[in-house]
Amino acid sequence: MGFLDALLGRTKPVPPNLDALFALPSAAITLQAALDFNPTGAGSVCFRAAEGRAFSDIEKDVRDLLNMGENKTPVEASEDKYGFTWLVCRHAADDVEGLVTDLHAVNSSLEAGGFGPLLLCTILSFRNAPGRPLGLVYLYKRGTFYPFAPQPGERRDNALELQVRGALADDLKIEPDLGRWFPVWGAPGL
Amino acid sequence: MARTRYASDPGLIARMGATMFLLGLVFTGFVLALFFVFDYYGSRGGGSGAGLAVFAVLIGAAVAFGGYYWSDKIALNTARARLVTPEQAPDLHAIIDRICALANMPKPRVAISPVAMPNAFATGRSSKVAVVCVTEGLLQKLDEKELEGVLAHEMSHVAHKDVAVMTVASFLGIVAALLVRFAFYSELFGGGRGRNNNDQNALPVMLVVLLVGVVVYAVSFLLIRLLSRYRELSADRSGALLTGQPSALASALTKVTGDMARIPTRDLRQAEPLNAFYFAPAFSAKRGQMTLSNLFSTHPSLEKRLAQLDKISKQLGRAGS
Repeated sequence: MGFLDALLGRTKPVPPNLDALFALPSAAITLQAALDFNPTGAGSVCFRAAEGRAFSDIEKDVRDLLNMGENKTPVEASEDKYGFTWLVCRHAADDVEGLVTDLHAVNSSLEAGGFGPLLLCTILSFRNAPGRPLGLVYLYKRGTFYPFAPQPGERRDNALELQVRGALADDLKIEPDLGRWFPVWGAPGL
Repeated sequence: MARTRYASDPGLIARMGATMFLLGLVFTGFVLALFFVFDYYGSRGGGSGAGLAVFAVLIGAAVAFGGYYWSDKIALNTARARLVTPEQAPDLHAIIDRICALANMPKPRVAISPVAMPNAFATGRSSKVAVVCVTEGLLQKLDEKELEGVLAHEMSHVAHKDVAVMTVASFLGIVAALLVRFAFYSELFGGGRGRNNNDQNALPVMLVVLLVGVVVYAVSFLLIRLLSRYRELSADRSGALLTGQPSALASALTKVTGDMARIPTRDLRQAEPLNAFYFAPAFSAKRGQMTLSNLFSTHPSLEKRLAQLDKISKQLGRAGS
């Protein structure tokens, strides 16, 4: 934010950076090869629902759009206790590209409706053989990714997360500021 | 189209700019007037006055800088707040995490004050050392959405660098107040002793300094309060747009200000020095028309804040855009 914006007290909502999502399919392959974590086929988009009719119309359009495709399980929508809306899309485990295309459709619809600044994050979920969960979180406002490995009891496996950072450094723009690796406990679809 | 939904309020920006310009003008006038006074009296033994003015500026600068540099510690101590870790207050941290991710801001430190009065403030000279503090009363009184609205308002203060802006603005007032005090005492004690005052008809230099100081102090006081009210409106606006829920913030505001009347006096007195940084002032002005207390208050009236939030809500809800 510029000096003048601060002086006059006019922060503008930050527009999201949408295209970096398409780097996810190749990152999924790397993650599979390096750490044996496989995509589960589930991905979710989290956003802040704005009040009013305009937003609810757009949200409904998005759900209809995602439910239109053939032999898909319908998107699940839920609201978490902080008032954020999650849309979970499920595809076949090997169809990461299709999944990312769907997630991107949510983004572009919200953005086209003028609500891009309300996008919070997108999570692509992974599991390893023993079934441990790992999420790759995409921060729209930063245009960066970070790993999130939740463990029971609201703890996170920092060692695994750092391992993932090393493995994916060439594929994705990983968030350099560890202070912004925000936990998303109980994220739907993870 | 994203433009129209998130447009900033040009009227508010213009008013704030004009207020800052006027403050700058008063400051320039102040310096020029002092310069003129000391130049005029300089040949007649007014040297001590100029020295006093420099002294006042130095002390004022030290006070303002100290307040700026230690703003977080001073405010936290006054509110008897303690910093909390994510383990101690997971929900509060989670809400702030999400606001940071939405706003692309570094995460501030989080503190809780044991005060029963529902309120919140943000302070700290930069977003790196910023602290967002909420009182226990606020945590009890508000639901999650309202709390988020309040926190988004406070984070907007951090993003707008309000501590720095208000410090610079109040520097002038501090210097003027110091000068008035110095001049007053030197009139009181120095004037009676019959210094080498050759010109009996001319006003004593200290009296002139006293008058200039009083005028500058009064004008800058009003302007600073005005600026503070505009910055509150800006923070309301940014916070509401950030969360997309202006009504949640509005409902939090009514709850917080509605509660103000029922709080014990001890807490009120304790909270007073922090008023400029608080979410809603502990002494809210009489609602309605432009009263004297409205003119002097650090925060805009509840009606004004609610009216702005209504407007934003309509703006967000407009179909199509």
